[in-house]
Amino acid sequence: MNRFRRQEVTAAVVFLLPFVLTYGVLFLWPTIQLAVLSFQKAPLIGEGQWAGFRNYARLLNDKLFATAVWNTLYFVLLSVVPSTLLGLVIALGVNRLKGWTQSVILACFFLPYILPVSVVYRIWMWITDNQFGIIQYPIAAIWGENVSIFRTLPLFMPTVAFITIWWLIGFNVLLFIAGLRNISSEIYEAAALDGATRWQTFRRITWPLIWPITVLVATIQLIMQLKIFDQIYLFGQGGRTDSTLGMVELVYRSAFQKNQGGYAAAVAVVLFLVIVIVSVLQFQLARARGQR
Amino acid sequence: MTDMTMTNTRATRLRRLNLAGGIITGLTVLGAIIWAFPLYWAVITSLKVEQDVLTPGIQLLPERWTLDNYIHVLTKTQAGIWYLNSLVTSLAVTVIVVLTSAAAGYAISQLRFPGRRLLWWLLLASFMVPIPALIVNHFVLMADFGLLNSWSGVVLPQLIAPVTVIIYKQFFDSVPKDFREAALMDGATQFQLFFRLYLPMNWGITTALAIITFIGAWNQFLWPFLAVTSESKMNITVGITQVYDAFGVRYARDLATAILAGLPLAILYLVFQRRVTQAIMLTAGIKG
Repeated sequence: MNRFRRQEVTAAVVFLLPFVLTYGVLFLWPTIQLAVLSFQKAPLIGEGQWAGFRNYARLLNDKLFATAVWNTLYFVLLSVVPSTLLGLVIALGVNRLKGWTQSVILACFFLPYILPVSVVYRIWMWITDNQFGIIQYPIAAIWGENVSIFRTLPLFMPTVAFITIWWLIGFNVLLFIAGLRNISSEIYEAAALDGATRWQTFRRITWPLIWPITVLVATIQLIMQLKIFDQIYLFGQGGRTDSTLGMVELVYRSAFQKNQGGYAAAVAVVLFLVIVIVSVLQFQLARARGQR
Repeated sequence: MTDMTMTNTRATRLRRLNLAGGIITGLTVLGAIIWAFPLYWAVITSLKVEQDVLTPGIQLLPERWTLDNYIHVLTKTQAGIWYLNSLVTSLAVTVIVVLTSAAAGYAISQLRFPGRRLLWWLLLASFMVPIPALIVNHFVLMADFGLLNSWSGVVLPQLIAPVTVIIYKQFFDSVPKDFREAALMDGATQFQLFFRLYLPMNWGITTALAIITFIGAWNQFLWPFLAVTSESKMNITVGITQVYDAFGVRYARDLATAILAGLPLAILYLVFQRRVTQAIMLTAGIKG
């Protein structure tokens, strides 16, 4: 039993106590409570009754749940793939530049990323405003009249996805640039000596070598966008939110507007599981990559 | 003769390459301008007189420059209080997260104690847990503590940052063992080791993590939005989306508030560009 030195263990306890305490109270306990709550018929605050799998059974017949799942996947599709590819394209362009030009250009792409979602929301509400928004000039020229973008259902998700890409692309660009810098210039020099065209160089050298970063960026985006709430909620405020809500928004609504804590927890557990599965897959992928 | 043609074709090929390169650079610059335009447009609008904002046509520069919108927002609205709330809660999150994570990272990296592996695995696993899934139970917990509509209520659920601990652990792992042994020989305690050796050797990482934690806390929307319903306790990110002028929409003023909300972060980024980049790489799992 004396594998551990007493003095060291005491020190460890002191060092770990604040962290373990916050972690236990604010993370482990709520996680356990979430699972318990999902099996109860309970209001948001107050005692609940055991309900077995009834909440989960209800999910299957809830049209709103189906919409939420569909919207979440639709949003993921609209945002993850384009933002990954566009991030790579921009990184390739930025990486060619040198010195201060590169810093300035990179800052242009990156600045939106560090802004709060609310600021992004305000800026784009102004740009798309259906009376005075600057984007209404081209829209009116093509369409013939102003369009209330966030009140037009087919336009809602694509526009929110577009704005999200504008907002977050800087993150992807940064990771891709780091990846591109890791490719040794000798390979490119050799290719240039052999007279490889620009496209061949990209296809045969850059693309395969940057692939691990591409996977990383795509999975990080995937996990992040599965949790989509802020943008959809903000841009959808006051609209037909029944058809635009995502999974987190369904949790929010069930719990805070309908006071159905148990049901909200069940939705959250499903989201939880989806994300854990995706993360485990990503982790395995990363490990497989590391071993190779 | 053949020599001549050789040089010629190579020259044309080089020229073509340069042309293609020029086009790519041109497109990149154009893309950057497009990307920055919404920000530019917001800033410019906030510097216009309210009536000028509504005049038809696109004015890329204000006809009449003014700071009135900013002055109005700062003196006549609650934005100042929201700012303070954001500042206090974000700083609190940053300080607590960095301190507790560094300490925990040190213990896991350098000390031998029972349950160390278990703790490490728990940390790695919690990496995956989506925090938004916990909003219901965080709300219940904060309600039980009576902390809704308070700074603490906003701060507490944001303190879960397994990534920060993991990064600290990795950096402490790479501090050479010789230093440690020499210091222990001289009779240094664990606390001296931590504060005099391990933290100072990793100031760079601490700065980077502090900046990224601050940015993250400032940008939080969902949790502060749930935890606070009284206008005077709102963070600026929540306030600007939930409280509207009673006298209808004022575009220039609204944008002035929004720009103020984003300004500290923009400055932080422009000053600490390298650190921000490093922190993002680290949290994404790439050692920068």
